[in-house]
Amino acid sequence: MRLDAPERPETREADAPRRSRWRTVVLVSVPLAAFALLLATSLGRDPRALPSELVGEPAPVFALPNLEGGGTVDMADLRGRVVVVNFWASWCQECRDEHPALDAAWDRYRERGVVVVGVLFEDTVEDGLAFADELATDWPLVDDPGSRTAIAYGVFGVPETFVISPDGIVTAKRVGPVDYTWLTTEIEDALRTPEAA
Amino acid sequence: MSGRVRLWLLLGAAVAVVVLAVTLASGRGSDGGTLDDRVQDVASGLRCPVCQNLSVADSPSALAREMRSEIASRLDAGDTPEEVRGFFVERYGEWVLLAPTREGLNLLPWLVPVAGLLLGVGVWAMLVRRRWPPETEAPTSAERRRIQAELDALEEPG
Repeated sequence: MRLDAPERPETREADAPRRSRWRTVVLVSVPLAAFALLLATSLGRDPRALPSELVGEPAPVFALPNLEGGGTVDMADLRGRVVVVNFWASWCQECRDEHPALDAAWDRYRERGVVVVGVLFEDTVEDGLAFADELATDWPLVDDPGSRTAIAYGVFGVPETFVISPDGIVTAKRVGPVDYTWLTTEIEDALRTPEAA
Repeated sequence: MSGRVRLWLLLGAAVAVVVLAVTLASGRGSDGGTLDDRVQDVASGLRCPVCQNLSVADSPSALAREMRSEIASRLDAGDTPEEVRGFFVERYGEWVLLAPTREGLNLLPWLVPVAGLLLGVGVWAMLVRRRWPPETEAPTSAERRRIQAELDALEEPG
């Protein structure tokens, strides 16, 4: 009697489990390695770090009413000068903390044409004026109805400070309270740009 | 119905459910409609800057309210939703978008689930095939020789 069934190629019995073990190792280790790589590259980043858009871009122009009433501060009039735009509020402790630094920078640079403009953020005019009186603020303060200027500057919260060069470009941005060293460094830098006369 | 056929039917049904869900989901949230709807549409894709994990549409904060009115006035002035989003991205960065733009490395969140699904189906199909091998298997040549030898032994009068 002849056997006439089709033939199946021979495999080594031991191959099958070894191959599946390798497959398991690859299936587990590749995603694990990818995940480890992701953690290694991302864990060092500060999740609360905010992007610095606008630096190097033209500063959004604004014309805002003086907090004390009467007149406006118009960015167009400040062309050719270094402008420090500071967003603040009376309810903000860090704005209180940074006040002496702003005050010192304002005193030191006002003769050289540098202007500090305080833009009130999410606050009432009365509370803002009371805060300014208490701290004897003497740089221009403006109200920002509807926060349109804050939105135009991409403000996340207060305090936030922008340094604008004489040609109207944002040269520096600080989220959180400024210190005197940062202000003087950035103002000096902005004063060195070509259009500063 | 054999177990295998049933499993393939099950797989087909699962794929149909996914396709249906994706189709239904993509049909929602298209623009058009009233100004309020369009504002809502843009605002729900923007992250509120003064909140933790809230969209501009959902946040009760004053800044979010003012951002909604900014969106409204821009849409009203004839800006497209894309241009309005661009306005906020220029100021707040990509950070402000609740869903990243679909380009470059940002595509990963969209591609990885699909790749995972395909991989899962592949592994599943592999397991099914291993668990339910073809019912009849041809003998290997070694088996063949043994069977032939045994047949021969049967035929020889012992």
